[in-house]
Amino acid sequence: MVMAMNDSNTDDLAAPPRAAAEGSRMVRAGFIPLVDASVLIATAEFGFAEKEGIKLDLVKDVSWANVRDRLAFRQFDVAHMLSPMPVASMLGLGSNPSPTITPFSLGRGGNAITLSTRLFDRMTATAGLPETAGALENARALAMVIRDMKAREETLPTLAMTYPFSSHNYEFRYWLAAGGIDPDCDVKLVVVPPPLTSDALAAGAIDGFCVGAPWNMVASERGVGRIVAAKQDIWPSAPEKVLGMRPDWAESHPETVSRLIVALDAAARWCDRVENHDALAAALADQRYIAAPVQIIRHVLAGEFNLDAKGNRRVIDDYFLFHGGSANYPRPSQALWIYSQMVRWGQAELTTTHARTAASAYRPDLYRTALGEASGPPDADFRIEGDKNGDSFMDGHIFDPAHLADYVSGFAVRTVRPVVRGTEET
Amino acid sequence: MTGSNSVTRRTPKPASLSVLVIDENSIRASIIEVGLREAGYDNVTIIDDMNGLARRIMEINPDVIVIDIENPNRDMLESIFQISRAVKRPIAMFVDKSDEDSIVAAVDAGVSAYVVDGLKKERVKPILEMAVSRFNAFSRLQRELAEARSALEERKIIDRAKGILMKMRGLSEEEAFALLRQTAMNEKKKIAEIAQSVVTAAGLLM
Repeated sequence: MVMAMNDSNTDDLAAPPRAAAEGSRMVRAGFIPLVDASVLIATAEFGFAEKEGIKLDLVKDVSWANVRDRLAFRQFDVAHMLSPMPVASMLGLGSNPSPTITPFSLGRGGNAITLSTRLFDRMTATAGLPETAGALENARALAMVIRDMKAREETLPTLAMTYPFSSHNYEFRYWLAAGGIDPDCDVKLVVVPPPLTSDALAAGAIDGFCVGAPWNMVASERGVGRIVAAKQDIWPSAPEKVLGMRPDWAESHPETVSRLIVALDAAARWCDRVENHDALAAALADQRYIAAPVQIIRHVLAGEFNLDAKGNRRVIDDYFLFHGGSANYPRPSQALWIYSQMVRWGQAELTTTHARTAASAYRPDLYRTALGEASGPPDADFRIEGDKNGDSFMDGHIFDPAHLADYVSGFAVRTVRPVVRGTEET
Repeated sequence: MTGSNSVTRRTPKPASLSVLVIDENSIRASIIEVGLREAGYDNVTIIDDMNGLARRIMEINPDVIVIDIENPNRDMLESIFQISRAVKRPIAMFVDKSDEDSIVAAVDAGVSAYVVDGLKKERVKPILEMAVSRFNAFSRLQRELAEARSALEERKIIDRAKGILMKMRGLSEEEAFALLRQTAMNEKKKIAEIAQSVVTAAGLLM
């Protein structure tokens, strides 16, 4: 691979313009067919990349492990990734970890937890759940059913998520634990690829799942599942997908990175506007992208949920937030929150060094370089999370990135007691 | 890419390695299995059904796992290795980043392998090379089959177009074919494309 000249590399010859040094502005981007790839798809489809002189070549993939490996092996320049993936990569977790950073978050929202109608009916019967029950009530009702199952020595529920380092894994665990369920002992957590979740639920291979749109709605409309919690119920500010890239690529292509961020920013603003949702839904429904019914995608974009096939509906404001509320800002304290969950569930050890490494996966400096110093949110990069009105965690906990150890040990349900070794951060 | 001729060399007692091939395409899986057996790997298991994958991997407890990267269940494998303390922890074969050529060859062919941590690289390399060459051979086969199929389709459509022209314009078979060929040349298109237009137009008109 040809490395471009570095800024600090002052040669005696006049440096060529950056554009030439960086080669062609063809950017290969890997993605998984999900509604939360909207910003990336809109950037390519609706002229935002072109306007910045970038040819964005989108390549559909089937698994997060592939996306990670293809980025590492330079088959992709950038990729649609789960927000915990750059953090895991920087910490050296999982197979084939290779340094990955994100200068741009692709938005918030889109996930939900769906349980089989059979399990939900039992929750209703056992706990006397009202049809309007909220996420926490639903989790507590499931806890009651699990206690009942244990007493009768029945097989405990098998629940699916998408990847070990996924927002879905941490959100599902958060929801279960908030209800008093230990995700490692009281249920069996497995991985099922998102497009197969609805079928797996219908076949009885799993009893529930946490996955991105449109798959929850696909299961509820088929009448096989009941949506019991949305990402917004667990923690509204949680980042969902991010744009991942190799740090060496970002360093050798500064101009391309900046232009790409400018294009993504414009596309994200466009995606947030309701009047564009018909066009966006039509593009997403295409075979090249999500290949799902346009009507379902349109409902998902509007946050209109059919909770089940019986006509129970719910409208979630900002179910998808592609740009508003600083949704694109890669906030390092959110990388630290992800790290706190990795520690909570025994995936990572708690050390100051690890915390610093985890935070370094999110690069607000690149975001501000591209969009201007004023583009970032007014509050600090490392901020307390979950203490604002309308942005609280479902169990009322508050995340202070300066007190990671206290935060993790404050959870009644967690995998291991964190090893405390000088935990104060920033 | 290195050929498969290095497969049998430099591998003392390949039989002692247990190899698991996960591929929903059972034909391709058995092609790999045959290749591995010919190279002296006797301990080969194939899984082409993804049900109960985690349990079966635990039972088989393989040293090397070869998987088709188009299989979305790769994420399931990642999870098994992450959470299960029961399985010896395999790591992605690609971890040897110094060997860029073999990585590119593997990704291009669409295959990935996981090996148990600590297993010597040179013992695993021939397995991945074998898988890569068999994957490539398989897709070549698929491509040839598809080409043969489309050639047959083209011939059928040309025959139908000829029939239509003969009937509607009272031409002989040779004249009908000559007309198709001449039109194709004039429009710089393939004869089959012109034939398709004739068939479509006839469908609309009749």
